[in-house]
Amino acid sequence: MAPLLQLRGISKFFPGVKALEGVELTLRPGRVTALIGENGAGKSTLVKILTGIYQPDAGEILIEGRKVHFDTPEAAQRARITAIHQETVLFDELSVAENIYLGHAPKNRFGLVNWAAIRARSMALLHSLDAPIKATMLLKNLSIAQRHLVAIARALSVDSNVVIMDEPTAALSHKEVEDLFRILARLKASGKAILFISHKFEELHRVADDYVVFRDGRTIGAGRMADATHGELVHMMVGREVDQVFPKAPATIGAAILSVKGYSHPTEFDNISFDLRKGEILGVYGLVGAGRSELCQSLFGMTHPSAGSVAIDGTFVSIRSAADAIKAGLVYVPEERGRHGAVLAMPIVENVTLGSLGAVSQRGFIRAAEEFKLARHYAQRFDLRASSLSQPVGTLSGGNQQKVVIGKWLATKPKVIFLDEPTKGIDIGSKSAVHAFMSELAGQGLAVLMISSELPEILGMADRVLVMKEGRMAGFFDREGLTAETLVQAATGNMGALR
Amino acid sequence: MDTPENTGPDELPRRFGPIASLVRRELLLVGAVLVLLALIAIRFPAFVTPANLASVFNDTSILIIMALGQAAVIITRSIDLSVAANVALTGMTVALLNAHVPELPLLLLVALAFLQGLVLGAVNGFLVWKVGIPSIVVTLGTLTIYRGLAFVLSGGAWINSFQFSAGFLGVPRAEFLHLPLLSWLAVAVVAATTLVFDRTSIGRAWFAVGGNPTAAVYAGIDAGRTRFLAFCFSGLLSGLCGYLWVSRYAVAYVDVASGFELDVIAACVIGGVSIAGGIGSVGGTVLGALFLGIIKNALPVVNVSPFAQMAISGAIIIAAVTLNTRAERKGGRIILRPQVAAIPAE
Repeated sequence: MAPLLQLRGISKFFPGVKALEGVELTLRPGRVTALIGENGAGKSTLVKILTGIYQPDAGEILIEGRKVHFDTPEAAQRARITAIHQETVLFDELSVAENIYLGHAPKNRFGLVNWAAIRARSMALLHSLDAPIKATMLLKNLSIAQRHLVAIARALSVDSNVVIMDEPTAALSHKEVEDLFRILARLKASGKAILFISHKFEELHRVADDYVVFRDGRTIGAGRMADATHGELVHMMVGREVDQVFPKAPATIGAAILSVKGYSHPTEFDNISFDLRKGEILGVYGLVGAGRSELCQSLFGMTHPSAGSVAIDGTFVSIRSAADAIKAGLVYVPEERGRHGAVLAMPIVENVTLGSLGAVSQRGFIRAAEEFKLARHYAQRFDLRASSLSQPVGTLSGGNQQKVVIGKWLATKPKVIFLDEPTKGIDIGSKSAVHAFMSELAGQGLAVLMISSELPEILGMADRVLVMKEGRMAGFFDREGLTAETLVQAATGNMGALR
Repeated sequence: MDTPENTGPDELPRRFGPIASLVRRELLLVGAVLVLLALIAIRFPAFVTPANLASVFNDTSILIIMALGQAAVIITRSIDLSVAANVALTGMTVALLNAHVPELPLLLLVALAFLQGLVLGAVNGFLVWKVGIPSIVVTLGTLTIYRGLAFVLSGGAWINSFQFSAGFLGVPRAEFLHLPLLSWLAVAVVAATTLVFDRTSIGRAWFAVGGNPTAAVYAGIDAGRTRFLAFCFSGLLSGLCGYLWVSRYAVAYVDVASGFELDVIAACVIGGVSIAGGIGSVGGTVLGALFLGIIKNALPVVNVSPFAQMAISGAIIIAAVTLNTRAERKGGRIILRPQVAAIPAE
């Protein structure tokens, strides 16, 4: 069958990062193609290129053999490509029908919105999806699964030929997934080409006809799903030499500093127990949404647990706020330092001392000399590149911003440090600097907990690895003999959780 | 390492970005104030005599003090619309006390004005912090409540100059080193606010919470409490101005300082305090207030009709804010600027 959509040699670069490099993809009518890859493999970038949000730096997009350019999302829509995103972009205060037809509402002969047609067509669409939703309901009153159905209805309302589903089952229950698969079968039967992105291999084996594997922004393999085993796919997804990339210097591992037992949250995670020891790097691996960040945020006092105990140095502690956590010697370096880490408009010096103003103050007043001394100490220690300490952090490069944020945490003299995706979105050079630095921290007797979705990073840096899946512990592994395959299988729930 | 580094000597660091653009903006404001004065001087040279300038400063003192309180609130990404109503209510309270119990010492009245202003500010802050209502809604409500209370207290009656004690009216007018005490008070508040903004953890927290609330929370700063304290600060200064206002105009009635909150906010915005939070300075705010004060004082002098005066003030505010937002956007764009050299040792 002739391909409906073809990508040839598509590349996309961001400052310091090659998101996609010469990827190939072919979608055929009436077939479901699975797009497989680790977090950060370039899947989302590809979806954004296909929907006109990003423009590729190189390569071409062909629809039925003709070259096309998507300068805007509207151009992609006109080319009959539609996407159902991971997080549906809908409007809470509008009705279901308005959500479905927003932006392409049918007009009457006076050029005004034809409400009768919107309602009638929405009802027909929802009916065809077997969706138990009324077109007049407000979106905010719907469940997550129902919202997904609305998103699907919206995607179908523009009569697309290509439907992209980006992790559509992530938030759905088992029964809802079955409903979704029925819809998928119907779309297939009507000749649409479907790109299906998911981490759940059992799903992919069920619904996909073809597969494409991405790794580090490149196409690694493609073929018919029936010809590939689960093991082969995992190997393609993660397979690379990892030993030399991220060296963790050997460190003497001492007694447990942080002991967590039966730690639970009403909605995010359940019954988590682990010890974090002096000099150790504990890796926490799992899929996006497995509850890793939520666990650490709760330990850091930002949300409150429903059960469980936390002890630091053998003493039970009750951490009710971030200030408590910092006082107890625990710090959290969040993901997305721009959003969570640094105050961009503030000078470097004020960012570094933000968590430890007490140490540089006397009688309630901050002493400028002390403050600069503290900031200069960390700036030198991390080889911070800046023209002056008074420079706003927003003018620094990503890697240097990360240094400021880490400096801020170390200035509080912590015993335990949580690093959430410490090298996400930074370039290779800064990455290895961050890794060397983590080794150094552990070497100095800090206990480090590192959340990472990058397998090489986990395998290279972590002494032990805790794997989380859907808010629960799905495995605990020692560094010795640990393979990427084992971790992925534990995190995706294939072949049973290993305990 | 990061790609854009070590690009050569002519790319050497210049200070850019929000903070540096603030410095540039302050220079721009100084320039604007000087140009304004020069233009006025052409038509009316007497305006720029030292004596008149001192009187303009004195006339702007209350605006300066209140704008500094407001700046703290705006820097935390909030707004306080109730400041003028606070002035009216606190002014009415001290006026009534002075009129009915003239033997109360002035110092006690001033302390009371501070205290009541603080309480009124704390009510705003509490509703924003603990009840979680957006500050614009809270202070829109309290602005009506506070003015309503001023009516309840006074029964709608005016308190006129002859009812005040001599000290009540005289002290802010007392001259010291050629300037009235009112002007010196403004200078003192400017100095104190500079200290709070630059050298205390609460001042630092205001900027952090406004600049990046999430980062502030991760640094162990309680964002709600921080905002609460900003409202307290604004209320405290408004309370002081309640007394100053009544004393200066020698009259207290319900509609005192009606609409003045808009002047206060305008002074902040002209002075480069970002409505989006996290950016602002004492110097800029003072210059913004002075700019507004000069316009308000000069327009009648150059014979502009009162109605045209309002239109002109309004137009100038929009022009100033347009300039500011443009400068802000420019600053914001420069994100990946080449940096050179590690931070050197002492």
